Amino acid sequence: MYDIIIVGAGPAGLTAAIYGRRASKKVLVLEAKSYGGQIINTLDIENYPAESHISGFDFATQLYNQAKDLGAEIIFEKVVEIKNEKEKEVITTKNKYLGKTIILATGSENRKLNLEKENDLVGKGISYCATCDGAFYKNKNVAVVGGGNTALEDALYLTDLANKVYLIHRRDEFRGEESTLNLLKMKDNIEFIYNSNVTKLNASEKLESIEVTNKDGSTKKIDVDGLFVAVGRIPENENFAKLINLDNSGYIIAGEDCNTNVPGIFVAGDNRTKEVRQLVTATSDGAIAATSAIKYINNNCNEK
Amino acid sequence: MAVIEVNKDNFKKEVLESEKRVLADFNASWCGPCKMLKPILEEVASNNENIKFVSINIDDEDELAEEYNVSSIPCLVVFDKGNEVKRNVGLISKDDLENMIGEE
Repeated sequence: MYDIIIVGAGPAGLTAAIYGRRASKKVLVLEAKSYGGQIINTLDIENYPAESHISGFDFATQLYNQAKDLGAEIIFEKVVEIKNEKEKEVITTKNKYLGKTIILATGSENRKLNLEKENDLVGKGISYCATCDGAFYKNKNVAVVGGGNTALEDALYLTDLANKVYLIHRRDEFRGEESTLNLLKMKDNIEFIYNSNVTKLNASEKLESIEVTNKDGSTKKIDVDGLFVAVGRIPENENFAKLINLDNSGYIIAGEDCNTNVPGIFVAGDNRTKEVRQLVTATSDGAIAATSAIKYINNNCNEK
Repeated sequence: MAVIEVNKDNFKKEVLESEKRVLADFNASWCGPCKMLKPILEEVASNNENIKFVSINIDDEDELAEEYNVSSIPCLVVFDKGNEVKRNVGLISKDDLENMIGEE
C-alpha cells in the first residue's frame, strides 16, 4: 500500500513526489512513456525563477533524479483506470497498485486537426513541435496553423529557418502575446492568412500542399513542405472520467487547492482547470497536491 | 548488444546488408525527446541479441535523413534485408519499443 500514487512523471508529478518523500510518505510515480512530460521539447527555458537558461531535457532529468534520490519509486507503466472503493486502486496495463491517495498529473497531448492522412504524415511533413522539427525545413516553405502563443512562437522560430512561413488562423485576431506578434510582423518572409482553416492535406510520399478554406467559403491550395500544427492541447483525463468530474473541454475541475470531487484524489498540472499553464504553475500544483494528500492521510488514514 | 553509430559511409554495410534486422534511430544532440529515448534504446538493445541497433545523427548525416524522408525526430526505422518494414516517429515507451521489434 502506497501513501501517494502519482500518475504522470512530468514537472507536476515529480514535484509532488519530492514533497511526498520529504514528508516521509511512501510514493509511487507511474508514467506511460518517459519522465519529463512536454517540457522535454523545450530547447531553452528562460522563465523559470532563478534559472535563466536551462534546457527542458536537463530540467526534467534533474527533477527526475531529485525525486528518485529522495526515494520515490518510479515505474513506467500506462495507467488505464482508477477506482475508489474500499481502497484507492490504480490499474495499469500490467499491474494494480493500492494507495491511500492519488494525484493525477497526466498533463495534455497535442490537439490534432483530424484531417485525413494526418497521422500517416507525422514525420513526413506534419509536425506538432517547431523547435523539434524546424531544422528539417531550412529554406523550404512551411505553414503554421493556430492562433495562440505556441503558434506565434513557432512561426517566429520558423521565419529564421524557412524560406517562407504562412500563419493560418481561423479568426481575424490572435490570442497570443502581442510582443511576439509584433516581432513576427517585422519579418519579411511571413504571410498571415486570417479567417481560414486547413481543410485538406495533399500528399503522396510526403506532404506537398494544403487546402485552406476561408470563412467566406473560398479555398486555395498552398504548396508547403511542412505544416506545423499548434491548435492547442487536450488534457489526458479520459481514463478517469467515470470517477472524476471534468469540464466541457476535458479538464479536471479543481481550484488552486487541487482537490477533485473525490476525497483523497487530487490533480496537479496542465490537466486541471486553470488560467495559466506554465512550468512554474505545474510545479506549484505538485507541491499543493502533495501537501493536500499528506493532510488527507494524516486526518483519514490512522492505521498503518 | 551496443548501439552502433552509423554514417553514410558504413550505412550500406551496417544497415542494408545486415544479416540481422536493424533498428535505426535517427536523432540529434539538440532534440530532447531523442535524449529521453537513448537510455530506453540502450536498455532494450542490451536485452536483444537478434536485432542490431544503430544510431544516426541527422545533423551530420543529413543525406541519409533526406533519403529516408526523416523530417521529425526521434524517428525509429526497422530494416529487414535492406527494406524498411516499420517506422515510429516520436518518443516511445520501453514496452512499445519491445513490441515494435518483437514481431518477426
